[in-house]
Amino acid sequence: MSDEKMSVIVQTIAGLLFPMVLIFSFYVILHGHLTPGGGFQGGAIGASAVALLIVAYGSKTIEKKVAEENLSIFESLGGIVFVVVAIAGFILASAFLSNFLVGEPLFGQIPGWGESPLNSGGFLPILNIAVGMKVIGGLSAIVLMLALVSREVKEQ
Amino acid sequence: MKKFTLIGFVVFCLFLFYAAYDLGYVVKRDFGAPPSSMDDRIIGSYNSTTGEWEYGAVNETGANNAVTSVVFDYRGYDTLGEATVLFTAIAGVMLLFGGRKHE
Amino acid sequence: MIYNIPFFTVVALIAIGMYAMLFKRNLIKMAIGLTIVESGVNLFLITLGYRKGGFAPIFTDLPPDVSPADIPGKMVLPVPQALTLTSIVIGVAVLALILSLAINIYRHYGTLESERVRRLRE
Repeated sequence: MSDEKMSVIVQTIAGLLFPMVLIFSFYVILHGHLTPGGGFQGGAIGASAVALLIVAYGSKTIEKKVAEENLSIFESLGGIVFVVVAIAGFILASAFLSNFLVGEPLFGQIPGWGESPLNSGGFLPILNIAVGMKVIGGLSAIVLMLALVSREVKEQ
Repeated sequence: MKKFTLIGFVVFCLFLFYAAYDLGYVVKRDFGAPPSSMDDRIIGSYNSTTGEWEYGAVNETGANNAVTSVVFDYRGYDTLGEATVLFTAIAGVMLLFGGRKHE
Repeated sequence: MIYNIPFFTVVALIAIGMYAMLFKRNLIKMAIGLTIVESGVNLFLITLGYRKGGFAPIFTDLPPDVSPADIPGKMVLPVPQALTLTSIVIGVAVLALILSLAINIYRHYGTLESERVRRLRE
């Protein structure tokens, strides 16, 4: 028993559902300053989409397509963006992690009563995207590692 | 050894019940009634003479979500520490399973 | 007496989790007990900040019969919810490390009972 794939019906439905769950997780990450959600919640949804693929297709097939080094690089990029934005707050404005984009034309509109534009929120959308990348990469790497090692232990 | 663990567990449960009773009926911190002036500067207040919303999370941060602005702006240092904890846990898992045979 | 039920739920969760951690001998059951204690503590943090008759601390889509003058007295406190988010993520990180250590112990000793994995095996 060297392969743990599931039947053809399960593989087809999982392949159809994976883009929808991924898009829903991007929606939750991007609208973090207007609706309940944010970086951590959207990242957990994205990691569960990758776990759905691993259960349906077997961990050996997924490891050939996505090596773990790429997931580690994806996670580290998110951490680097977080620290660079924090240090930019130290250089351009008064303190470490201060909100230097309120009032600027990029992300800095202050919403009135009853409005919710996507353009608002200071540097909150940038930090949400950075933390979302970190959580997706990290939790997917953990699930893939545990699935691969469990297969080896069972074969002994 | 089993009897000692049993006595310790019973004492711990009694202490937990006493703590719940004390929080509800002696300190009078009932469910649904925190002190009335907490988180005032984060939510803000409404000035009925000029009709504007004063010093709150929406005017200082520009976001409609008060919880996200607390997590990433007023307490952003804690979120940096939590990202470090997540990175350390993943580095530990990769270190324990690094010696696999690559096919 | 009936209104303080969430606090007694927290006490029940912590007691069940501590029983599973102290009296069971399998390593996986001890990890499950640790997760139950963590859930109880997160529930306690959230129930500290509830206001009676309140709504969520988000200014986007408030309930339609709310005027701006009585918002500050009725909104739920946002700071304990922010602290609970951090606590949940740290619980996930600890659980990942415990499970990978359990897999390594099974590979080295062949069993998962906590009374057989006591000596360092050469």
